[in-house]
Amino acid sequence: MTASKDQTIKTPTIGAAQLKLLKRLCQACAVSGDESEVRKIVLEQVRPHVDEVYTDALGNVLAVKHAQGEARLRVMLAAHMDEVGFMLIHDDQDGFYRFDIVGGIDPRQLPGKLVWIGREHIPGVIGVKPIHLTSDDELSRTIPLENLRIDTGGETTKVKAGDRATFATPFLRLGDCLRAKALDNRLGVATLIELLRLAPGNIELLAAFTVQEEVGLRGAQVAAYRLNPDLAFVLDCTPAYDLPAWDGSENAQYNTRLGGGPAIYLADSRTISDPRLVRFLVETAESAGIPYQIRQPGGGGTDAGAIHRQRAGVPSVSVSVPARYAHTAASIARLADWRQTLALVHAALQRLEPHILSQDR
Amino acid sequence: MVEILPLLKKLISISGLSGHETPIRELIEATWQPLVDELSVSRLGSLHALKRGCGEQPRRSLLVAAHMDAIGLMVTGIVDGFLRITQLGGLDPRVLPGQPVTIHGREDLPGLIVQPPAHLLPPSNQNGPVRLENLLVDTGLPPGEVSQRVRAGDLISFAQPPVEMPNELLVGNYLDNRASVVALTHALDELQSRQVAWDVWAVATTQEEVTLGGAMTSAFQLRPDLAIVIDVTWGSSPDSPSYRTFPIGKGPTLGYGPNIHPGLHQAFKELAERLEIPYKIEVMPRHSGTDAIGIQVTAEGIPTMVLGIPLRYMHTPVEMVSLKDIRRAGRLVAEFAASLSGQTMELLTWKD
Amino acid sequence: MKPLIQKLVETDGPPGYEGFVREVIRSEIQPLVDELHVDALGNLIAVTGQVAPNGKRIMLAAHMDEIGLMVTHVDEQGFARFTNLGAVKAQHLPGSRVRFLNSALGVIGRERAEEGNNFPDLNRLYIDLGATSRETCPVHIGDVAVFERPFADLGRRWIAKAMDDRVGVAVLIETLRQIRSTPHQLLFVFSAQEEVGVRGATTAAFSLDPDIGLAVDVTDTGDTPKGIKMEVSLGKGPAIKVRDSGMLTDPRLVAWMQRVAENAGLPYQLEILERGSTDARAIQLSRAGVPTGCLSIPCRYIHAPSEMVDSADVENAVRLLLELLSRPANLS
Repeated sequence: MTASKDQTIKTPTIGAAQLKLLKRLCQACAVSGDESEVRKIVLEQVRPHVDEVYTDALGNVLAVKHAQGEARLRVMLAAHMDEVGFMLIHDDQDGFYRFDIVGGIDPRQLPGKLVWIGREHIPGVIGVKPIHLTSDDELSRTIPLENLRIDTGGETTKVKAGDRATFATPFLRLGDCLRAKALDNRLGVATLIELLRLAPGNIELLAAFTVQEEVGLRGAQVAAYRLNPDLAFVLDCTPAYDLPAWDGSENAQYNTRLGGGPAIYLADSRTISDPRLVRFLVETAESAGIPYQIRQPGGGGTDAGAIHRQRAGVPSVSVSVPARYAHTAASIARLADWRQTLALVHAALQRLEPHILSQDR
Repeated sequence: MVEILPLLKKLISISGLSGHETPIRELIEATWQPLVDELSVSRLGSLHALKRGCGEQPRRSLLVAAHMDAIGLMVTGIVDGFLRITQLGGLDPRVLPGQPVTIHGREDLPGLIVQPPAHLLPPSNQNGPVRLENLLVDTGLPPGEVSQRVRAGDLISFAQPPVEMPNELLVGNYLDNRASVVALTHALDELQSRQVAWDVWAVATTQEEVTLGGAMTSAFQLRPDLAIVIDVTWGSSPDSPSYRTFPIGKGPTLGYGPNIHPGLHQAFKELAERLEIPYKIEVMPRHSGTDAIGIQVTAEGIPTMVLGIPLRYMHTPVEMVSLKDIRRAGRLVAEFAASLSGQTMELLTWKD
Repeated sequence: MKPLIQKLVETDGPPGYEGFVREVIRSEIQPLVDELHVDALGNLIAVTGQVAPNGKRIMLAAHMDEIGLMVTHVDEQGFARFTNLGAVKAQHLPGSRVRFLNSALGVIGRERAEEGNNFPDLNRLYIDLGATSRETCPVHIGDVAVFERPFADLGRRWIAKAMDDRVGVAVLIETLRQIRSTPHQLLFVFSAQEEVGVRGATTAAFSLDPDIGLAVDVTDTGDTPKGIKMEVSLGKGPAIKVRDSGMLTDPRLVAWMQRVAENAGLPYQLEILERGSTDARAIQLSRAGVPTGCLSIPCRYIHAPSEMVDSADVENAVRLLLELLSRPANLS
């Protein structure tokens, strides 16, 4: 059987171009509710590779790459564009701003950090008074958010209440190690962009670059309603807590491990993955020789939590690149894990057939 | 011409607890009847009022929502003629002891929320604020009579009569959210003399205080192109943080955050400036705490805006609001509706 | 109804993995319905009858799933750590037996408490399957288990794990068996994943788009020593739900259910539940809204290994449901 022109063998790869794109994505600031900096990059990257692309009422980018041939499985792939961060809520004069946290950030991660504010990445500082002026009693307590300010050093014309801010972490690559802010979920976004470039012809690929995942899976909800897919894969980034215990005991709550490959979800706090899709991913990994790990069940949540409950229900599963220190100033991930995640999902898409949903869940 | 103060006083004197909004709905229905073209009730009891636009079909539609339900209490049991209670909506139990209430039993009955003496309370609650489960309502009637007239499941409203204060301020219960219903009414009133191209749905929603169910389901049914939610927001008082509250009488607030479409926010800001209506920006970092939460993510998503009317002492029987802010909010909505055209949706695209 | 309930409670079905229970239900109802299918989330949906001019499309929901546990890690010595599926109460776990879907049995052990008798964190518990190493352990990450506790008949009262909500399932099956004539089209939904957030009912309600919804689930009672203050008691009849923490029943539905119960001379109670909700919430908020109520079976010790119901309450629930469905639903 002859392959059509488009079916030249496209192997997923993470090379210089993909790394450059990831760096651009990570250093963009897109806090939930204002994803425009990332949206711009996404639109520019995917337009040449898809048949349709539009931005919906909430700011999701929805892109369709049609299947070749007759009616095929409608497969939704979602990756959220937003990151956790801050929003300035009150001008305290003289360049000091009160701020609130958007999404889940441990307040202990805030003191003494540099931030970027707004579209222009105006620098700000979350400062803390010196230890010399701090009592023992204060030292033993977490600094409450109400006591912290973002200090712009007096810049008050380009900054105002309502602006968003993120940690100011430059992207760094050291061998196989990546360090950046917002690996959750720029890794997912970069992976989805790549998958669109390499889209196989056997499925109707419905890509959703979603907004507001970190504040309640909101973009995914309306995206899934609109796209009405047969099934969904969600690409995200999940914590790896693979550090040593204080007493050398076995770490039984590692969630995932760096170097363990793509993490397949069985259950998190919002979704029980469709077992048919989990089995399918595991079979794909094993037959293609791609390493994988099972994310520890429980806790957390991805866009799948909103997607699978839409309309009459959408069989869904999530696959994530593991990363340490998610939702802090700097996360760490491995290139190999990213590469294998891309390979796994790409391989899975190619072997998807409609009968996967014919057995009962 | 609808007089705001008498309407507001009437509205806050009618019961309409979450899930049981029929009495208030009937009053709003009668008030809106002369101002709209069609009235109907949703499956969850929300009031839908359509003011048809004059533009060509297919016409776009704007939904303006104000929740009509209110918080209160519900009888959970009767012990020796005293009523045990639970809350319906978010209440601070510390404002309850000594409050006059109306029990909606077989007929309406006056009652008093009382704090039992310490020796009759569990040891864990003898000092400090008495938990809601340990408070009682006393009607003063003998037990036999009480069981004839009241039973578990009956509703209890606050019974604070409205009090006019200087500077066009009003004090009373249920200003959350009857103040917004009045603002919406004022908007409909203003629109009587305007040409509006789009259809406008004025919706008094149910169950906002408990499930947001009325707004969600109404938005699904009506599928508007745009939505505005009018709700009360926190008014400043000396005991509340100034950076999270807004002065009453200095204008409505314009919401800003992920729950609000930035294009709509900008449109309202420009409109307020043009009309010289004072306003404040209300930054809402995560969500708005209003019907907008459900409306924005209905079906394929609806660009949504939140207008806030500052209210002091929210969720107590002595809420305080400025009639000027109510009028301003209503006027903003009316002017916005009148400005809607064939170009509005394009102006709301995400400009990246 | 005892044999049916016994069969149902002794079948295992944690959220997301209701297959065994679904098959038991399917074999019971297949001959009785016009149409039967399983949807994307695992709900078993059965339709019977046509809508008469004075009838409605009524969705009846009882959830198949019971609370359970999922293995998160098996350590080097073969002890299994776990997370909860649904609101499992930690105080019921130490010493309890659990059974996995692959039939493996285990007992829950607890790390020595650092101070006092505080209820343990789930992270300080583990399942001991009698294995000596990870390799010889019969379970691994992702395996699911439920409480192991057989049905027992105490006379008028029955105890078992998973009365929540197999007793509701049984009420629906029995209603289906006994219903003779109805003006309504009945949409029976044996829902999946209720315990993790009424997920199955959400999608089932969307796809069925009913006129009225009625869930059948258990509710707490206030009749045990120094228990919660609640007016519902075992043995005083099925409860008509006025509200719970996630839903306010349309007062017209409450009135309708009361009227029918009174006219038929059936005992009933009114239920206000301060903590907890049911599939009815999901149905009520579906699409443009659905007037929804809930018929509750009073149950002691919900989410404990031995939940207790009163057999007369169960039978009266069936009777009341039959009365409700046999005539037009007059909600005005």
